[in-house]
Amino acid sequence: MPRRDDLESILIIGSGPIVIGQACEFDYSGTQACRVLRQEGYRVVLANSNPATIMTDPDFADRTYVEPLTPDVLAEIVSRERPDAVLPTLGGQTGLNLAMDLYRAGLVGRPGTPELIGANAEAIETAEDRERFKQAMVEIGLAVPPSGIAHSLEGALTVADEIGLPVIVRPAFILGGKGTGLAGTRDELRRIAAAGLAASPIGEILIERSIAGWKEFELEVMRDRADNCVVICSIENVDPMGVHTGDSITVAPAQTLTDVEYQQMRDAAFACIRRVGVETGGSNVQFAVDPRHGEQVIIEMNPRVSRSSALASKATGFPIAKIAAKLAVGYTLDEIPNDITRKTPASFEPTIDYVVTKVPRWAFEKLPGTSGVLGTQMQSVGEAMAIGRTFPESLQKALRSLETGRAGLNADPGEAVYALLNDDELLEAAARPTPERIFHVAEGLRRGIGIEDLCAASRIDAWFLDQIARIVEERAVLEAAVWRDLPRAAWRRAKQLGFSDAQLAHLWGASEDEVRATRLATGVRATFKTVDTCAAEFAAETPYHYSTYEDEDEVRAGGRPRAIILGSGPNRIGQGIEFDYCCVHASFALRAAGYETVMVNCNPETVSTDYDTSDRLYFEPLTHEDVLNVLDAERAASPTDDVQVIVTLGGQTPLKLASGLPVELIAGTPPASIDVAEDREKWNALCARLQIPQPPGGTATSLEQALEITRRVGFPVLVRPSYVLGGRAMQIVDDEGQLKEVMAGLYGLGLVGFGSLGREGGLSAERPVLVDRFLEDAVEVDVDAIRDRTGEVLIGGVMEHVEEAGVHSGDSACAIPPQTLQLWVVEVIQAYTRAIADALDVVGLLNVQYAVQGNQVYVIEANPRASRTVPFVAKATGVPLAKVASRVMVGATLAELRGEGLVPEVTGGQVAVDHVAVKEAVLPFSRFPEVDTTLGPEMRSTGEVMGIDSTFGLAFHKAETAAGTVLPDRGLAFLSLNDGDKPAGLVVATRLRELGLGVAATRGTAAYLARYGLDVDLVVDKLGDGDGPTAVDLIASGEVTFVVNTPQGSGPRSDGSSIRQAANVHRVSAVTTVEAALAAVHGMAERAAQPLRVRSLQEYHGG
Amino acid sequence: MSVREAALVLADGSVFEGEAIGAEPPAGVASGEVVFNTVLSGYQEVITDPSYAGQMITFTNPHIGNYGVNGTDFEARRPFCRGVVVRDLARRHSSWRAESDLDGLLRRFGIPGIGGVDTRRLTRRIRDHGALPGAFGTASEATLRAAAQQEPGTDGIDLVAQVTTAEPYVVERTRDAERDGARRIVAYDFGIKHTILRHLARAGTVEVVPASTPAADVLAREPDGVFLSNGPGDPAMVSYAVDAVRQLLGHVPVFGICLGHQLLGLALGADTVKLPFGHHGGNHPVQDLRSGRIEITSQNHNFVVDAATLPAGVQATHVNLNDGVCEGLHAPGLRAFGVQHHPEAGPGPHDSRYLFETFRRLIDEQDATR
Ligand SMILES: Nc1ncnc2c1ncn2[C@@H]1O[C@H](COP(=O)(O)OP(=O)(O)O)[C@@H](O)[C@H]1O
Ligand SMILES: Nc1ncnc2c1ncn2[C@@H]1O[C@H](COP(=O)(O)OP(=O)(O)O)[C@@H](O)[C@H]1O
Ligand SMILES: [Mg+2]
Ligand SMILES: [Mg+2]
Repeated sequence: MPRRDDLESILIIGSGPIVIGQACEFDYSGTQACRVLRQEGYRVVLANSNPATIMTDPDFADRTYVEPLTPDVLAEIVSRERPDAVLPTLGGQTGLNLAMDLYRAGLVGRPGTPELIGANAEAIETAEDRERFKQAMVEIGLAVPPSGIAHSLEGALTVADEIGLPVIVRPAFILGGKGTGLAGTRDELRRIAAAGLAASPIGEILIERSIAGWKEFELEVMRDRADNCVVICSIENVDPMGVHTGDSITVAPAQTLTDVEYQQMRDAAFACIRRVGVETGGSNVQFAVDPRHGEQVIIEMNPRVSRSSALASKATGFPIAKIAAKLAVGYTLDEIPNDITRKTPASFEPTIDYVVTKVPRWAFEKLPGTSGVLGTQMQSVGEAMAIGRTFPESLQKALRSLETGRAGLNADPGEAVYALLNDDELLEAAARPTPERIFHVAEGLRRGIGIEDLCAASRIDAWFLDQIARIVEERAVLEAAVWRDLPRAAWRRAKQLGFSDAQLAHLWGASEDEVRATRLATGVRATFKTVDTCAAEFAAETPYHYSTYEDEDEVRAGGRPRAIILGSGPNRIGQGIEFDYCCVHASFALRAAGYETVMVNCNPETVSTDYDTSDRLYFEPLTHEDVLNVLDAERAASPTDDVQVIVTLGGQTPLKLASGLPVELIAGTPPASIDVAEDREKWNALCARLQIPQPPGGTATSLEQALEITRRVGFPVLVRPSYVLGGRAMQIVDDEGQLKEVMAGLYGLGLVGFGSLGREGGLSAERPVLVDRFLEDAVEVDVDAIRDRTGEVLIGGVMEHVEEAGVHSGDSACAIPPQTLQLWVVEVIQAYTRAIADALDVVGLLNVQYAVQGNQVYVIEANPRASRTVPFVAKATGVPLAKVASRVMVGATLAELRGEGLVPEVTGGQVAVDHVAVKEAVLPFSRFPEVDTTLGPEMRSTGEVMGIDSTFGLAFHKAETAAGTVLPDRGLAFLSLNDGDKPAGLVVATRLRELGLGVAATRGTAAYLARYGLDVDLVVDKLGDGDGPTAVDLIASGEVTFVVNTPQGSGPRSDGSSIRQAANVHRVSAVTTVEAALAAVHGMAERAAQPLRVRSLQEYHGG
Repeated sequence: MSVREAALVLADGSVFEGEAIGAEPPAGVASGEVVFNTVLSGYQEVITDPSYAGQMITFTNPHIGNYGVNGTDFEARRPFCRGVVVRDLARRHSSWRAESDLDGLLRRFGIPGIGGVDTRRLTRRIRDHGALPGAFGTASEATLRAAAQQEPGTDGIDLVAQVTTAEPYVVERTRDAERDGARRIVAYDFGIKHTILRHLARAGTVEVVPASTPAADVLAREPDGVFLSNGPGDPAMVSYAVDAVRQLLGHVPVFGICLGHQLLGLALGADTVKLPFGHHGGNHPVQDLRSGRIEITSQNHNFVVDAATLPAGVQATHVNLNDGVCEGLHAPGLRAFGVQHHPEAGPGPHDSRYLFETFRRLIDEQDATR
């Protein structure tokens, strides 16, 4: 069945901001879909609020709406664009939920409205409504765990009585397991059921018999219009049932199923996709298998591409999203060629000759109060994938890919902490799923705890445990060896088990470089094999490689100058999709400019690890050793062609690797400049020379030194370790007592637990603590600029932050163009930026952060690399900064690029806009009810959204809406402000009144407002000190629809935390700064005065 | 466990290092034709598939032996392959179905193996050169090279004779067969797989006969249908069977799988040709030309029926979408059909199982017209 010619334009719904459970995998899938549908000649309309995505680049769709993903906005887009079809299956749960909203509103999927392609409403409902899904499965004879539905706490208890405890509670229509939990007792059930009922948009939960401890599997299935079905990949979870697949270490292909069992599962998956009625595209089906008797049950199916399908695509080389998009427009699998073999059709099942391991990455250290225990609800923020010929090799590669300071599975300095645990404690630790469990298990094996005992404790399959034991046993052999005399066979065995040179160096007390040199002298070097979907059965030219230690290399270079782009590794808070965006742009731009582009990255969710983004992809950890291996392979493949390495686009990860690479290969800004910007002394000297004010401060490696600095600069101060990302462990300190605590925290307790830097390398003379005067009431400003080799500087964007300095730039909202700064102040900022760019000899991107106190401009920091805001600036201004920067880095001048049309003619070296774009951060608090939501200098947001409109108020309103903050037009607003914020609070309260909202306040705030003639509707007691309802009660009851709560001073911020937590749990919009409150009421007022308008980027930027 | 270093040498001289696993071959040398199989699961079924007689099986999936071996996944009473080449043999298996481990099975049946081999390099070599004779073991490289060069491969050898049953035997029909009446199926054993017998037994009683059984003896059993099994090697080497099939055609419904399909093709007057490196895996897309449906199939063969030589009255019914070769044929007038792939799976996907149903219907239609 060929392409459908009855469709002309197709609306693709993106997944919005990066949140836990929905990350850049949907940028990957959406980008693929946009590309292929345009290639097929369709007019593509895209809606996505996330500016950091590749897909929202104006080049990828005919109309790109960076607008909030709400039913209203979508309805507006549909009525404006009148697409023939809506493709909802590539935008994650968000895409599906929105499609269902539109369907229910009668706007899509009904006669005379755009058709839902991929999956129709009936199918989505059958898969997503857990009860309907179970009935459907029972109907076709598939086993499911016994369960019942509840809409109330009583209902939940009744169901549990019927099926028996323990049970698992699962809300309907949620993503990433939000609100899911395991209950062993009735009390636990009460708590978890309440959370689940709140998490489900329809207030419905499923109570199900717990089968925690069973083996968990996933199949990635595709189906076409002619009902042909194939399995693309099987995935086995190392962590058993009870740990969300997104939080589990997973392995592809499945390792411990006999063919009989596997085929039974395959049959069930097909029966499932057929019964649910997913007409075309990819689905993910999850199974549990009882390890004792092999009983198989079906857990759930996602009728769309998912995180696992991104993983499966990268694991096999089969581009699921691309094919899904083609199937959605009518093709059948046999009509689509397999890109990789080119000779065979897509209607086959990939087979692989390697093992893929994915390990999640969490951010518990940034979320104090969290337990760090994994469960049925996903908590990880990113993942690394590694490919090896065997499981041990891929596991060790994946662990070092995580960049959590570990060099592999133990045998590194990080293992020291396990010495503190006795055998019983270790076994207990092995029974508790945490990010550390895999290391605990390895340590247990090292001590001789048996596989049976560890298996019983962890429920990790004995096969996996034995494979881990191979690593542990080899380590003992290596430790005992005289390493300088190690024969080739022993080196090879160690490397084949995935040991990194860093691990070996640790075991032998040698340096990594010595180890590498000695090893290479024996002839044991990394070889690169190819991912080809067919285990070498057919010749494939796929430029997709992974390293292993075998006999031959398969890398073929193309005979052009090469640009090797080092990616940004697993997503983490502080370093996410923005950097992948930059790397991908560099690849596209340099490819277009005649370079052969080579990508190195280990994040399976990203566009950068799509094998056709670059001329060649190395799916490799971003470590010193692994990058050197790639360089060696590239040079060997083509000794004569020029090689350049791009280290400034992937965030901190490649930047850290720069010093270990031959300096002459680094493109753009010289590594020495990077060092000047990072090294406090050199940086201070530079600022002094340019006479740019900095907050006064100094560096300390001891408490005494820190105290000495505060005596000089006064309190409050900002204390932070150097060389960290995203304001990690940064704190505002008000007095000496607090300073002592903070310093002790950074130093002593350094090794154990999450609140430490121990894993990140600890403190030392090379890594001192920075102590700076904290600038109070300062406006923070971010600038992104590009300087070329002739010294010309392009100011890409000046962003004024909404929240004051002290809230990490990554967590605060910001606007282009600046809204309150005096014009001359902006000019000063531009002048400083140029001067810094010159002084640092920047060739490429530069990001500078300033704090403006009064009219005094202080520079906070400069990063001669791509920043988090590059994609936002590009979307706000229409200038493709990352593309321009990458060209500049390899030698083009801005003048030349103006000639090509890549850079617009600008006056005064600054890009001007006649609209306002606001970026807002998206925070993960709804998943962590125990965490205080106050913002501070440590970044905690996982993603961002953009609102764009004609005025700041409207753009801010859109940004908030897109971020999930509902700015209400009725109900009661609740204010509780610290003294300094009260004047601004008065303005906020007055506006709220004007907008027709009620105003409630705590006693002090109410009294202040009354003094200015604003009598609040309700005075609310602080927790428990009266008989009236507390703020928490009002929030819980839904009366309060908006919370403005600014913490008391900068001291211990526990005050008000229960209010913020209540707002978080009950999903009432809350702002924690007056600046945000002012912006919000401003936006609410403007929004109330006029109808919602949407506009595409192409229209904004004249595309 | 001490490592016994070993090497694999191909007839073209390429050498692969590894370590000995499985049974110790005589004088430290095992030889045969080296082929590869790309299945991800089902190593026990593959190793015990008689079609591999004379061959050494390279598994492209690096981890082999993970779930052990069990009594039910045998495809024959014993393995007939000459050896097994793997990247990584599991030290410890894990499965509720396991009764023993793979290494034990290899030793028990005297099948030598080599582990630790760069099987991807080996596969690429075979892919580019076609199946190659080779030898592996703990003997010296020179000895192995000589053995590899002397190894005749599978051309020109009647491997079927080595694997077929010596005496006829009966497989009783299974209970679900009883419900819809008794049928008598005579199955030629050219190396028949147990999974095929299990499927046939669902349709009726199966009388398994040696490969050399003359047509008259088969007809004397008054079968409702005749089945031609899979088996090893070149169909041209079993010309006696082709003669028998020719005599059976028209008298009784015939269904052939793999080698059986090729013999049917030859009996109908078509030619067979050898593929460069054969089809050996569980993921080949085959299209049923009549319905347009795609089946993912299990395959294991080096020869195919040349579709261009099919005589009038015989249709090609299935085609391999990877390389376009003939995967199935049907001679309606003679009530005979065959497929090149393995609808019984074992190991592999179940997509083509409907063909056993087709066979049953063919038998029943005949009964209805008789
Ligand atoms: N009945 C159960 N008993 C124990 N654990 C379960 C059960 N059902 C699901 N889980 C665990 O919870 C996780 C999340 O459940 P799932 O249905 O996949 O929801 P989600 O939509 O969040 O992926 C699963 O990955 C699995 O580990
Ligand atoms: N001296 C200061 N006074 C007030 N706020 C500051 C000061 N220095 C840094 N900050 C705040 O801390 C945040 C993080 O600091 P920054 O140096 O930018 O670290 P990072 O490298 O993590 O981005 C900034 O975005 C700013 O809000
Ligand atoms: Mg799930
Ligand atoms: Mg910063």
